[in-house]
Amino acid sequence: MSDPKIAPAEISVRQIATLQKGRSQWRMAWDRYRRNRTAVFGLVLLLILILVVLCAPILATHDPNVIDYSYVRKPPNAQHIFGTDNIGRDVYSRVLWGGRDSLRVGMVAVFISVFGGVLLGMFSAYVGGIVDTIIQRFVDLTFAFPTILLLLSIVAALGPNLTTVLVAIGISGIPGYSRLMRGSVLQALNTDYVLAARLMGARDGRILFLHIFPNVMSPMIIYGTLGLSGGIMMTAGLSYLGLGAQPPAPEWGAMLNLGRTFLQSAPWMSIYPGLAVFIAVLSINLIGDGLRDAFDPKNF
Amino acid sequence: MLTYIIRRLLSLIPVLLGISFLVFAIGKVTPGDPVQMMLGSRATPEDIVRLRTQLHLDDPLLVQYGKYVWEILHGNLGRSYRGQTPVLQEIISRAPASLELGTAAFLFSILIGLPSGVIAARYHNRFVDNAIMLIALGWLSLPEFWLAILIVIIFGVQLKWIPVTGGEGLSSLIAPAFCLGIAPAAVLARLTRSSVLEVLQEDYIRTARAKGLREILINFRHILRNAMIPIVTYLGLLFAGLIGGAVFIESVFARPGLGRFAILAINARDMPQIQGIVLLGAALYVVMNLVVDILYSVIDPRIHYS
Repeated sequence: MSDPKIAPAEISVRQIATLQKGRSQWRMAWDRYRRNRTAVFGLVLLLILILVVLCAPILATHDPNVIDYSYVRKPPNAQHIFGTDNIGRDVYSRVLWGGRDSLRVGMVAVFISVFGGVLLGMFSAYVGGIVDTIIQRFVDLTFAFPTILLLLSIVAALGPNLTTVLVAIGISGIPGYSRLMRGSVLQALNTDYVLAARLMGARDGRILFLHIFPNVMSPMIIYGTLGLSGGIMMTAGLSYLGLGAQPPAPEWGAMLNLGRTFLQSAPWMSIYPGLAVFIAVLSINLIGDGLRDAFDPKNF
Repeated sequence: MLTYIIRRLLSLIPVLLGISFLVFAIGKVTPGDPVQMMLGSRATPEDIVRLRTQLHLDDPLLVQYGKYVWEILHGNLGRSYRGQTPVLQEIISRAPASLELGTAAFLFSILIGLPSGVIAARYHNRFVDNAIMLIALGWLSLPEFWLAILIVIIFGVQLKWIPVTGGEGLSSLIAPAFCLGIAPAAVLARLTRSSVLEVLQEDYIRTARAKGLREILINFRHILRNAMIPIVTYLGLLFAGLIGGAVFIESVFARPGLGRFAILAINARDMPQIQGIVLLGAALYVVMNLVVDILYSVIDPRIHYS
């Protein structure tokens, strides 16, 4: 709706044009989203976190990799606000720098999952027939593996490091998103706008990407967001198990892995990196929930 | 009903074959020569050749796969590189610890999650509902490995209420079961809430109220029972996941279960062990799925299988 404070005489031609165009579903979703206080809080929290991680070179008080054997396992103090680790590195600076790997790996992995899922799902639904059946049986098969075991077996096959973790999380997510996408596309294929486009002589690619895709994107965005928090958590988790980022990289999970040996003498080595993972995951989950409510008001 | 169960059991065969093929493939794409892994660096070329033929590693892949399935059907999951013990035996010896922890966490999550979800739904959009949902989202966002570490720091190191690692008996189960079960409890609360909300809109609930039925009866007989389908689906997969997938919690609390076994196997690059645990984990998942499907008709007699 237009802003009620604007008197009719003040409405410019441009404003009339936008009014006539109506509000897009994105605009409506955004209007619903920003009325949701917890969702906005999540968005602000995530933006702050990303900003802090990006500004690590400015905000960090120490070099994350400088070792100081004369100052090991010191509790948080004025110089080292999160304390120092077992070889005297500044935990605060390492948490800031470590966010780069943790967040980036989670984001790229989910991008792989969503991108692969969208393509595979569209292809499967659009081609149909025996190809569709084969793809879907394969998807069923991957669903038979508990996620963590699927991840572990991919990591086992490719060898433990951060790139492997990225690939493993990315690939293991593809079947789920493709199933979601396939369902949406199958539904869209029966709609009038697709029929209209086809009657006008649009080619398959055009129908898929210009007509169907924008209309079936919202569930992908919602589940992609929720998948992102899972991806970040899993990246840190696999690194915690020693299967992801390797020392001396300051990655949150790898820091937790290091800290487990010093739970008694230096608990701050474990508290702060984990807190960072928690904040990242919580903020993204809040956003995901907000998006779901915004895109689908029927949902409870 | 019986024919349905038999048909479903038969339909498991291709799925299990597919699982076994994927697990077999993992072993084949993994870099590193298994014979070298087993014999170590001091093996003579003759030893290597002998073991290769003994393990049928020079046969065509399909023949190897056939032999692999044949051995699985006879309860042979191969021998681990380390120690040369049968993998099945190794897994069975670690199963009780995981079963114990998984069951405790499972019961805990039901005990907390189910009532919270029902309460939230009954107070829909009121303060209680919003509070429960916010808390649930918080628990859900808590990485379980970090939660476990915090619990060890607070209750193990600081308060000394629980042993820092390991420990015996039921009391040592409380902390790991809590850490493992709290996130599923949160998921369950959210799922229960939305499922109950959907049922609350049904006409038969209004009818039940109009008849003057007591609220407690409506809650259990009319609402909960009808809301159970998605919940049972989740619970089935949850149970399978908790048994075979407690890798983080078993690792933090140093419990000798299957999850920890899987991590040790990966760190040692012991392929037969990894394949064994993945195979059995997936098989458990599939079987739980079947159990859930059969349970549907018990919960909701309207569901007929023909």
